[in-house]
Amino acid sequence: MANLIKTKRGLDIPINGKAVEKVETSGLPGEFALIPDYYHGITPKLLVKEGDEVQAGSPVFFDKQFPEMHFVSPVSGRIKSINRGERRKIMSIVIENDGKMTSRAFDKPDLSKQTAGDVILQLQQAGLWAYVKQRPYDVIANPGVLPKAIFVSTFDTAPLAPDNDYVIGGQMADFQKGIDVLAKVARVNLGVKAGGKTPFSSVKNAEITEFDGPHPVGNVGIQINHVNPVNKGEVVWTINPQDVLFIGRFYNRGVVDLSRTIALTGPSVKAPRYYSTVVGAALGSLLQGKLIDGLNRIVMGNVLSGVQTDLQGWLDPYTTQISVLEDGAETHELLGWGMPRFHKYSVSGTFMTGVFENKLIRKIFGNMKYQWDTRLMGGRRAIIMSGEYDKVLPMDLYPEFLFKAMITGNIDKMEALGAYEIAPEDVALCEFVCTSKLPLQQIVRNSLDLMKKELE
Amino acid sequence: MASKLRQYVDKLKPHFEKGGKLEKLHSVFDGFETFLFVPSTTSKNGTHIHDAVDSKRTMIMVVIALVPALLFGMFNVGYQHYLAIGQEVGFWDKFLFGFLAILPVIVVSYVVGLGIEFIIAQIKGHEIQEGFLVSGFLIPLIVPVDTPLWMIAVATAFSVIFAKEAFGGTGMNIFNVALIARAFLFFAYPTFMSGDAVWVRTGTTFGLGAGHVIDSYSGATVLGQVATATNPNVSLTGITGSPLGFLDGFFGLIPGSVGETSALAILIGAAILLFTRVASWKVMTSVFAGGTLMALVFNWIGPDTAAAHFPWYNHLVFGGFAFGAVFMATDPVTAARTEKGKWIYGFLIGVLAIIIRVLNPGYPEGMMLAILMMNIFAPLIDYYVVDANIKQRLKRSKTN
Repeated sequence: MANLIKTKRGLDIPINGKAVEKVETSGLPGEFALIPDYYHGITPKLLVKEGDEVQAGSPVFFDKQFPEMHFVSPVSGRIKSINRGERRKIMSIVIENDGKMTSRAFDKPDLSKQTAGDVILQLQQAGLWAYVKQRPYDVIANPGVLPKAIFVSTFDTAPLAPDNDYVIGGQMADFQKGIDVLAKVARVNLGVKAGGKTPFSSVKNAEITEFDGPHPVGNVGIQINHVNPVNKGEVVWTINPQDVLFIGRFYNRGVVDLSRTIALTGPSVKAPRYYSTVVGAALGSLLQGKLIDGLNRIVMGNVLSGVQTDLQGWLDPYTTQISVLEDGAETHELLGWGMPRFHKYSVSGTFMTGVFENKLIRKIFGNMKYQWDTRLMGGRRAIIMSGEYDKVLPMDLYPEFLFKAMITGNIDKMEALGAYEIAPEDVALCEFVCTSKLPLQQIVRNSLDLMKKELE
Repeated sequence: MASKLRQYVDKLKPHFEKGGKLEKLHSVFDGFETFLFVPSTTSKNGTHIHDAVDSKRTMIMVVIALVPALLFGMFNVGYQHYLAIGQEVGFWDKFLFGFLAILPVIVVSYVVGLGIEFIIAQIKGHEIQEGFLVSGFLIPLIVPVDTPLWMIAVATAFSVIFAKEAFGGTGMNIFNVALIARAFLFFAYPTFMSGDAVWVRTGTTFGLGAGHVIDSYSGATVLGQVATATNPNVSLTGITGSPLGFLDGFFGLIPGSVGETSALAILIGAAILLFTRVASWKVMTSVFAGGTLMALVFNWIGPDTAAAHFPWYNHLVFGGFAFGAVFMATDPVTAARTEKGKWIYGFLIGVLAIIIRVLNPGYPEGMMLAILMMNIFAPLIDYYVVDANIKQRLKRSKTN
């Protein structure tokens, strides 16, 4: 029987627009792009020039620090353009899809003959290393440092997140293979939704821990903190379950197949459902005609920790979800501090949310449909209220004190207070509930980058 | 209506922005704009949705919670006045007298405090922070009714500048701003503020309520009577000499600072603060627990003085204890910020307040000093709570 870890701290935000279990294939778009900025912390060195032919799995650029770490084309076709920004920084590499999806031929790797080092090198050359991340610092893992464990959370508790049981359930052979590959390097810890009715409960070659509670318990960072926290000098790797599939496919079939199923969700989506597509796809054709008219915010990822994009954007390599909601920049609410504002959601008691979310009231009157947009809903202030963050961050640390250490750039304090254990996504709920509207994810990101720069 | 107003604001806006002719008043304009409309700034990165609460709404909830105490205080000021001059008047006459007596204090406190905040916000280029909405409302409630307006102005200016802005503004202050104003009054003008003359307005207010004080009048507060009593078993009296008991303290028709007399009105405020979760129930309950416990200890083994014999339940309803516990100790900025720390912080406030009341001969009320004292110690308490977590983390990293 797997270990069970329960927590009550956290918050499931009631936002409408969850994807129904139906996958649509709308055909792949004509253009794909690789955007180096989406791979946080690397310095890209190009391997192609405009006009070159590439196949799915052909290297497009590599990281300056780790030359074996390739970043590969998701489709076959021709390099259409390489766009540069200030100081010739590479902004995007656009690939014209020829529609044939021919894959670069790899020798089908034989896992039983490979050592940990072989696996790491193989994954780098296949362009799959980008999906292996590490704590501390929440960056692409340093292939030169072996981790004490590898963590995979098989379920996503973020608002409107895709249901991995549904998305991955049919590809368990590839998933198991991916886990087997990772287990060559270090012990694999699998975080599984409590309840036992998930295909992940029967995965072999991994230590399974069940988790029960509200978001963010599905975040791998929370699970690490409960199972095997990262101490100074230690490294763990993390990888998203859909990306484990990439590794599994590569070892099962010898090809780089970056196709994935993403959930199109959110209040501004006409019919929220799943779409099968490929990493790097142009968003325009994917989203065309599927959104409600109006000023919308398109978010790659979930509404808490995703990245803002637009119809000219490209599918982020890590994202499994696109959320669309009202932008709200043109909304002006009169005397917001004093009005009842029934359709606004708040975990504080200053709104009626507590009444609407009461179990009995919900049973009688049904669920309240809250209005969401991307306004901050207030002015930015110094931290005033206390104890807000602790309620939504089920980790054994003092978030407010950690954030203060981060704001003041005190690296010793950050280290002492547990900065090695957190990633921006873990504090997204803290940012959501913050009365002072502080940009906590940005603060954490900047501090982790600072620590990495100063300590490595 | 709202859209017309919005159009008007949009029309004015360019004048206050950089390069506009009223650029110097940008913060003021911004303050009024965000007062009228929820800011429509959207998140650029990070969390794309936000909880609807903001600091304005939070502060307003505290102000709403203070309203029962204020309304009761206004009535009580009138009630005490007409009692002192021996006239029988109706409810509204009493209320009007108190209303007119307190309104100027509120106006002075807000005008001085907000004026300074506006100027400093403009100098620093900040948004105007709404912390003073609460402080400015608290100050009139914790001073005696007969405090001269110029003293209120000086005390407010002192506390806003030195207790708050010098530390960096709302959220950065170490001491409760309103309490510093009160402490300033009591230490800067001791001859005026101590004694029995300031607690009941015996003169007129805007020409209302003229009359002569009756012969048996004494303006001493209950705690004042206890502190000066020579007999350990003091019998408490109201301003006309009628006996007072626990229920009088609970309902609050007794002399004292404007907002502190009625435990009932304060309890209504406490209910609002707890329901909206703006104040910490941990701090609130632990202050009462600490006070009760310490008073019981004195009742049991204390010295043979009136203050030590003062029953524990009376300690809770007379003087500023309840008001301090509900509205001052719970100020999140100056209180302990860790959950464990809040228990300790509140408990020690209760204990200290009673110790000062009982053992300090010079000063009948202990709540103000107890809270200010614990304001100093709150960061220390948090330090040890957080340090335990740090040590545990270090230990974990060594054993692995």
